[in-house]
Amino acid sequence: MERNQLHRQVALMRKSLFDQWLLQGYLDDQFIQLEELQDDANPNFVEEVVTLFYKDSSRLLVNIDQALEKKPLDFTKLDGYMHQFKGSSSSIGAKKVKAECTQFHDYCRAGNAEG
Amino acid sequence: MSTAGLVSRRDCSHQLHVLAVDDSVVDRKFVERLLKISSCKVTAVESGIRALQFLGLDGEKKETAGFDGLKVNLIMTDYSMPGMNGFELLKKIKESSTLKEIPVVIMSSENILTRVDRCLEEGAEEFIVKPVKLSDVKRLKNILTKGDKGQNEEDPLLSLPLSSHDLASSSTSSSSPFKFLDHRSKRPRLQG
Repeated sequence: MERNQLHRQVALMRKSLFDQWLLQGYLDDQFIQLEELQDDANPNFVEEVVTLFYKDSSRLLVNIDQALEKKPLDFTKLDGYMHQFKGSSSSIGAKKVKAECTQFHDYCRAGNAEG
Repeated sequence: MSTAGLVSRRDCSHQLHVLAVDDSVVDRKFVERLLKISSCKVTAVESGIRALQFLGLDGEKKETAGFDGLKVNLIMTDYSMPGMNGFELLKKIKESSTLKEIPVVIMSSENILTRVDRCLEEGAEEFIVKPVKLSDVKRLKNILTKGDKGQNEEDPLLSLPLSSHDLASSSTSSSSPFKFLDHRSKRPRLQG
């Protein structure tokens, strides 16, 4: 009985959190798509995808950090990592992250031109 | 002999088997879910090489004999992948006498017209701009199950009524519904 209540509570909290993020522009419509793909048979889908995203992002960010240490900067490589990051952000609806990636991509482009 | 690409008549469930190719683990999971929800059997691989291996083409021309039960009805591949990209994979498939009949759909986060043209000209059935929507998968499924009534001259895609209502089906997408029209209007005739 208690366990069910806790489950329900967690679900409510998660919903509030995601609603907040949606409102604040951190997430976009794509995230709603993700939620619609979840059902009773696959109740953890969103969580699984988000977890995968975090793991993948961590890996990419490590790669990006390492690439940023190199002199001179390999803009093509950096751009490649950013493209991957942008891709997965887009797939889960991480709107803000995607926007930052686009900005980074623009910097890379500019860097290459000067390069 | 080989009926790759056509729904096997022995398959009682008539379930479409889709091979999804994408180097992004997030995208693979996402597309896999979209396909499963649409009652498709899915095999998801991370690269073009793996895809070819699965299809029985080990990067070489020779197809391994005894390859059965794993008939693929549709291949959905990401465009930008390290190593062999989606376009190169498409070419390899269309060059294979046994695999060329399998419809290939390219997915890409970038809607670059020259890229779209190149893929369609090389024989891709569709070019879908990511993120892929459930409505995209449903549409593809309809096309495949309809088109299986025999390869005819009539382009099954063109015979589908296309209204903005169809396009904006499931999501309130911020991306323009015309992205479908853009590449549809550029579709060459099917297998001339």
